[in-house]
Amino acid sequence: MDRILLINLVYIVAAVLFIIGLKMLTSQEHARRGNLISSAGMFLAVVITLIGGEIIAFHWIIIGVIAGGIIGGFAARFVKMTQMPEMVALFNGFGGIASLLVGWGAYHSGSERDLFTMTTTFLAVLIGGVTFTGSMTAWGKLSGAVTGKPVLFRGQMIVNGILFVIILLSGALFLMTPWADYSFFAVLVVCSLILGVMAVIPIGGADMPVVISLLNSYSGIAACAAGFAIGNNILIVSGALVGASGLILTNVMCKAMNRSLGNVLFGGFGAVKEVKKAAGGRGEVKPVSAQDAYYILEAAESVVFVPGYGMAVAQAQHALRELGEILEENGAEVRYAIHPVAGRMPGHMNVLLAEADVPYEKLIEMDEINRSIASVDVCVVVGANDVVNPAAREDRNSSIYGMPIINADAAHTVIVLKRSLSPGFAGIDNPLFIKPNTRMLFGDAKSSIETLTAEFKQT
Amino acid sequence: MDPSVCRDACLVTMLLVLVLAVFLGFEVISKVPSRLHTPLMSGANAISGITLVGAVITVGAAETTFATVLGTLAVIFATINVIGGYTVTDRMLGMFKTKEKKK
Repeated sequence: MDRILLINLVYIVAAVLFIIGLKMLTSQEHARRGNLISSAGMFLAVVITLIGGEIIAFHWIIIGVIAGGIIGGFAARFVKMTQMPEMVALFNGFGGIASLLVGWGAYHSGSERDLFTMTTTFLAVLIGGVTFTGSMTAWGKLSGAVTGKPVLFRGQMIVNGILFVIILLSGALFLMTPWADYSFFAVLVVCSLILGVMAVIPIGGADMPVVISLLNSYSGIAACAAGFAIGNNILIVSGALVGASGLILTNVMCKAMNRSLGNVLFGGFGAVKEVKKAAGGRGEVKPVSAQDAYYILEAAESVVFVPGYGMAVAQAQHALRELGEILEENGAEVRYAIHPVAGRMPGHMNVLLAEADVPYEKLIEMDEINRSIASVDVCVVVGANDVVNPAAREDRNSSIYGMPIINADAAHTVIVLKRSLSPGFAGIDNPLFIKPNTRMLFGDAKSSIETLTAEFKQT
Repeated sequence: MDPSVCRDACLVTMLLVLVLAVFLGFEVISKVPSRLHTPLMSGANAISGITLVGAVITVGAAETTFATVLGTLAVIFATINVIGGYTVTDRMLGMFKTKEKKK
């Protein structure tokens, strides 16, 4: 059989495996098998390319695969679940730089430099570069190497504008004179890399779920563009699949924050200086001791935990699960309410609680918990802030007004575990803290939970 | 020659493939429980490592040292993306699953 035909037929099989795999990833029972099927597709695609293509420098590929495999395998095996957002950002970035390099390679040794090929090369390099440095910046923000706060400076828009113009100009010149020297291409590469940093640096930590899923989408689009540049169908299909799924996730995240994508990208949200005006008059913050909190929990028949990024920071998920189990032994119904944008990436809280062996069925989505929260005895907010901020419902002047929240304040009693009274990452006062049914348990979330657990064990 | 080369004649086909794949992507992913957002994202991320195929082709077709270097770097990064992405997704889904059994 024709060699090229055979390769492309196998690519079709691989594409089908990717689609089935992705589909299965959307349901709990099949997700793990779906991931395996998808990886089988990847294996097929790579192997057929290796044996079917006219490969000269085999040894370099082997060396590359072994090196990358060892690094990737080790990183994935030993990363802590709390560091998952950083890890995903890193992997994303590596996919992006790989697409940039493929585009570069196609430009460097490709014999055809028609307008179409060059345009797609341009896109692969641009999007790949933005994905790479954007993801690296996101990684820096998530791991604390770069400040999680939005970085804004005077003239930022002007700098970005100039950068954009340079990219378009160098791109146009590059497309018009593909056989000229490297200079336009080099400018393009450098500017793409700078653009990635500039695009992510003004975005605050709380908006990271949107950024991560958007970068995820970009990495797919970059692969897709690279596919066009080298005329390879499997790259186009897979890249488009990832691009589309990333966009859907991004959209879900934006909806969960009631904000448009443009607002997230250009809003510099957390930097907005809130005028401190309490909407409904100032109430009083009522601190509670661990012992009193224990009495409240001890008497509760139903308890809902609302975890947030603070739980991840304090690594309190295991302690929380233990407290949950003790409460259940005590006869209470325990559930965990998960807001879609709690934490730093989509589904962040679910991963952490799953790691701590919290049963999957006890993780309840926002809409579902809100239906029954009024009959809940105690709602314990663990390191969450904006996702339970009633200002989103009540205060038209609040910058998070309209964002769907978990109505923690509707529970009979709310216990908020919090380090101090500082506002959340969105920089907004939280009226929940001064509601008459709210009690504040100050201190590190993990040690507070452990103290509560100890109280239960004493009796 | 590039093994999977499919130039001008197939240009429209490639665009068709793109459009269909985008629609399919939207269809397939449209309803995901938020509990599975992270594994879905990292699973999709692993698929974006398909650039590995492109990287392999780049090295395979490389006639200069520089192209080989570009391609080999691309292979390394893409492999990290692929292996790391699939492994970490499997690890996460494994955690989701064990509890189901326990229950």
